[in-house]
Amino acid sequence: MPTRASAPTRRTMLKGAGVLLIGFCAPIVRTARAESAPFAPNAFVRIDGAGEVTLIMPQVEMGQGVYTAISMILAEELDADWAKVKVDHAPPDEAHYANPALGVQATGNSNSIRAFWKPLRKAGAGARACLVQAAATAWNVPPAECRTASGVVIHDGNGRRADYGSLVQRAAAITPPADPPLKDPSQFHLIGRPLKRLDTPDKTNGAAKYGIDAMPPGVKFATLAQSPVLGGKVAQVDDTQARQIPGVRQVVVLDDLVAVVGDHMWAAKQGLEALQVAWDDGPNAAVGTDEIWARLRQASARDGAVAKDAGDIGRALQASDVIAQTYEMPLLAHATMEPLNATVHVTPSSAEVWIGTQVIERVHAAVARAAGLAESQVTVHQHLLGGGFGRRLEPDMAYQAARIAKQVDGPVKVVWTREEDIRHDIYRPVYHDSLWARLDGGRIAAWKHRVTGSSVLARWLPPAFQKGVDGDGVDSAQDIPYDIPNLRVEFNREEPPGVVTGFWRGVGPNNNVFAIESFIDELARKAGQDPVAFRRAHLSKSPRLKVALDLVARESGWGTPLPPRCGRGVSVQPSFASWVATVVECQVDDEGEVALRRVTTAVDTGMAVNPDTIAAQLQGGIVFGLTAALYGEITLEKGRVQQSNFHDYRMLRIDQVPPIDVHVIKSAEAPGGIGETGTTSAVPALRNAIYAATGVPLRRMPIDRSLIAAGAKS
Amino acid sequence: MITLIVNGQSRAVDVPPDMPLLWVLRDVLGLTGTKFGCGIAQCGACTVHLDGKPVRSCLLRVGALGTRAVTTIEAVGASPNGAKLQQAWLDLEVIQCGYCQSGQLMSATALLDTVPQPSDADIDAAMAGNICRCGTYVRIRQAIKNAAARV
Amino acid sequence: MTRFHKGRIVWAVFAVLLVMGCVLLWNVFPTPALGFAGEHGAIYRGPSPTGAPPELASADMVTRGAYLTKAADCAVCHTAPGGQPFAGGLAFPTPFGVLYSPNITPDRQTGIGTWSDADLLHALHDGVGKDGQRLYPALPYEAYALLADDDVRAIRAYLFSLPAVHASPPPNRLAFPFNQRWLMGIWAVMYKPAERFRPYADRSPEWNRGAYLAEALAHCGDCHTPRNLAQAPDNRAKFSGAVTEGWRAFDITPDRDAGVGAWSDAELAQYLQAGHAAGHGSAGGPMAEAVDNSFAGFTPADIRALVVYLRSVPARGDPGRPAPRTAPATEFPREALTGTDARGRRIFAGACASCHGWGGVSLITDFATLTGDRAVNDPSATNVAQMVLAGSDRRTGGGAAMMPAFGRAYSDSEIAAVANYVTARFGSAPSHLTAKDVARLRRATAG
Ligand code: FES
Ligand code: FES
Repeated sequence: MPTRASAPTRRTMLKGAGVLLIGFCAPIVRTARAESAPFAPNAFVRIDGAGEVTLIMPQVEMGQGVYTAISMILAEELDADWAKVKVDHAPPDEAHYANPALGVQATGNSNSIRAFWKPLRKAGAGARACLVQAAATAWNVPPAECRTASGVVIHDGNGRRADYGSLVQRAAAITPPADPPLKDPSQFHLIGRPLKRLDTPDKTNGAAKYGIDAMPPGVKFATLAQSPVLGGKVAQVDDTQARQIPGVRQVVVLDDLVAVVGDHMWAAKQGLEALQVAWDDGPNAAVGTDEIWARLRQASARDGAVAKDAGDIGRALQASDVIAQTYEMPLLAHATMEPLNATVHVTPSSAEVWIGTQVIERVHAAVARAAGLAESQVTVHQHLLGGGFGRRLEPDMAYQAARIAKQVDGPVKVVWTREEDIRHDIYRPVYHDSLWARLDGGRIAAWKHRVTGSSVLARWLPPAFQKGVDGDGVDSAQDIPYDIPNLRVEFNREEPPGVVTGFWRGVGPNNNVFAIESFIDELARKAGQDPVAFRRAHLSKSPRLKVALDLVARESGWGTPLPPRCGRGVSVQPSFASWVATVVECQVDDEGEVALRRVTTAVDTGMAVNPDTIAAQLQGGIVFGLTAALYGEITLEKGRVQQSNFHDYRMLRIDQVPPIDVHVIKSAEAPGGIGETGTTSAVPALRNAIYAATGVPLRRMPIDRSLIAAGAKS
Repeated sequence: MITLIVNGQSRAVDVPPDMPLLWVLRDVLGLTGTKFGCGIAQCGACTVHLDGKPVRSCLLRVGALGTRAVTTIEAVGASPNGAKLQQAWLDLEVIQCGYCQSGQLMSATALLDTVPQPSDADIDAAMAGNICRCGTYVRIRQAIKNAAARV
Repeated sequence: MTRFHKGRIVWAVFAVLLVMGCVLLWNVFPTPALGFAGEHGAIYRGPSPTGAPPELASADMVTRGAYLTKAADCAVCHTAPGGQPFAGGLAFPTPFGVLYSPNITPDRQTGIGTWSDADLLHALHDGVGKDGQRLYPALPYEAYALLADDDVRAIRAYLFSLPAVHASPPPNRLAFPFNQRWLMGIWAVMYKPAERFRPYADRSPEWNRGAYLAEALAHCGDCHTPRNLAQAPDNRAKFSGAVTEGWRAFDITPDRDAGVGAWSDAELAQYLQAGHAAGHGSAGGPMAEAVDNSFAGFTPADIRALVVYLRSVPARGDPGRPAPRTAPATEFPREALTGTDARGRRIFAGACASCHGWGGVSLITDFATLTGDRAVNDPSATNVAQMVLAGSDRRTGGGAAMMPAFGRAYSDSEIAAVANYVTARFGSAPSHLTAKDVARLRRATAG
């Protein structure tokens, strides 16, 4: 059983809250974990003689507040003193920290709380049981007569109290029970409270350490360039001028990249600019966005692999009044605020990595592979993440940095320029959705949905890609919340040439909810019904979603008059085990520009561990989605990504963001996922708001202002 | 050798004069609170104060500083508005990943130093240059107002 | 209708045609570039105004040729974006179609590898290619005709010292009748000076040198002098400014408001050499290219000579053009705005204020200071919009002058709004660009 060894060297006291210790100065070293901590009943809980509780975080903190939420769950069942709780990053260790829902040590798919809810509660309760047992034995009383509160075991009968620290020696000898009793939710005193985040104080004063802030002694700085044409190789390099730049130490040339190492990033950047590189463009030199779309559209004519088949869709769609429509989603970059980076030190017998990653075990393996070492020779230090959004579910940056570091004497921090970060992203797939439906008496009688696009899972987790169906690719489509008697959902895999695709906040549901909710609005209009009423009429089997829809309709003022050229749009979704209904209100002008006026959302995410974090995640997710809907698109020309930085890959700014009201519905159900839900819901809600304001049914994202302008004038 | 004043201390650095202040702070002085986001003055992550004015350090050549004093996120809490804003940020749980927040706080502090009771339009004007990819804008706006309301 | 009436109508039509003809004739009337300088006078006794500068007197022909090639700014037109220098292929959108510059590297098949000195002299002086075909005046032979023979030989020596690049530009896309090259013969007869540059005896050696540099080599008038209907420079309005390739080349006459009369000699020299002068803003677009590729390589004496020459051309006040505003705007924008003005300010706040400053005086670099900049003081906002669209990626002695190109991700209406906001906030008069105008400006620069 791994145990924590190294002493914390930096702590931050918070008033009335736990303590966070994170950063490279408290390294989490796999080999060191064999050393003993007084009480370590499982992979998540450590208690020392002073009663300090250290909780090991199996999921990474990238802004979603998960360190706080996980700590709350553990501390709740442990009955720890919240003021004495510290958290620490987990090391790469799939055996102990694999995400139960994914089978790998990864943070993604908005499932941290869903997946770890039970295991963490058990871990906390098991540790508590050991401590109670230890006290009961010492006091010679039955454990059942003892209770716990805030880091203390209490026996009310004899009035004895023992704090956890004093019990750790004894407790360490006790095997935790396999199935400890869990608290009844009515007894929760931490879960459900809007507790302050543990990781944020250091983020207000520059003390927080992200991967990019790693500064091992003697570190050098590097930046790299990969072939402008995706998949191209280095043909020839002339480094004469680069070497003359003051501060440049080394030029590293690999088959697919060049990097310049210097005393600081500036020297490295200048050196890279002075490097004369001829590239061998390779097979993708002619790939353009048009070709990608053409292939996708062509592929969409094929029947897909069937993910869901209910009723008799063949018969139900054999009519002349079938309504058919297509919807499309572009390639997208992640543009995490913290550009890609990794700091690596490779020696002949070891490698050390400093990085903020969503997949620490994959980073561990990738670096070992790049350095030609055994995994046991590699140490990974986890850092905070300056945004993940799925980009840091890939270990490519660690792999590339390790290959560079292998050529360098001493540690080297490899930082991607924003341009490299955007031009060599692993992109959100392009999707083409074909939908067919038939209305019968104002209700949907039949529905067929064919998703054509890239399968991220087939690359990322091949066993999950079964029988031609990418479960993520049909997520929220095969479990469409609406009551439809004849239903078929198909997946049609078609990879864009030259482009590697990956997870991106919301991935499959993003696409599917956009297509479904857009189509539903068009069907409602055909049926002559109000979009909310039409949805409501089809939600009989999704009562939780109906509640959310009713709430959002009320809170958004649905149906109340609006100024000219304004519209409200609604979307509902069952995604990530949360039920979300969102209304966006916007205004368009004659040039097709869209101004956001207001966003209202209602969510039933089961039991809310930290309600304030849920609201924050929805607000942030909604901005993320609206950004994509208004601006997001990566295009290729001659195999090159044409966007490069925030001037041509635009982000929503504060002045464009309207009030966003989040209504969290009280629920006793198990917690659902939340990080991606806002992103997924915002896009169709905005699209439908534009539809309501102008009558223009946009069918691909990002929005096309010229179409809106034409509609706004007519 | 170039001498600059950072957070009240005089620091001598041996770097080329055209090196942007951002890299001097991060890579030479080890003040990593100031962040790199874009390198082209489009995101605001690298914002510091130059004699109290907000400026993007990613394009500011260190040789052009002259005697102007630099303040970074590590020291902004020493100013009354900086401290008020830091507290307001925590009280309202503004922060998500936090990577942009050094820059947000520097811009917000400069705003309150110029306009103690900012309107929404003032907040737009002062903060639109700071991108937050996590989308914390709604709370940033509210936290600035809360801080301004505190005496 | 009576015969009388018919007669009157015929006369009226005739009169109208006559007037139109006269106007046309007046418009296309050839006007020599140096016409304003008067007579050549008696014998000029100063040092030769032609050739490379005295600093290179003992240098070999290739080195002298390199200087002159730079001064004639050949590379700018004969290099495609991202292409090999001098290998041609740059597109020239003209009102009559698109022309592509040829390859002038010494490649024997696709370049000028088989050209003799005489061939190049014939081309530059007469506008006739080696194959006897008439050249389009996109090659400014109305200027190069003034070049001294030795200078043309030196330029050829330099070009032949370069690596041969095998590359053919795309074929020109010109509509009839403009694809009829022989017509250019008429053009050449009308507008090409008949003789090489001859110094003016009663002008100073500096002036003569400046005149040679400006007229024969740098061909300033190609952009800064408006063109007549035949697309030849109309030197009656010499250097009074024109829109070329979608960018405004400003009035560079000594007029105090519209031109550069209010600039000191030092400021003019600084602008020419660095693309920036304190209080007057920075060069962008084609002028930035001219500075970086050409003027930045001039000797200080040659820059001074250019300044002396510029001071001598007749001022031509443009009454529509107010004097540039020299005071910064307010430190923080607090005025209430609505509609597209508010949109302009929003875009400025997000994408521009970080570098340019709300006052217009950049805290980051002088290159980004807008106060006093001619572009923001131009009520047409042509160059403001072009800068926003295309950005700038210059490496100068004074550091990088970088501005992102916003054209890809910002719409025409957004760019119009921000350009109008910028001229209103920092200039002497607001512009009123529309989305359509911006679309037109985009087309003017699209190859
Ligand atoms: S890094 Fe300086 S503004 Fe983005
Ligand atoms: S908090 Fe993550 S970018 Fe702003």
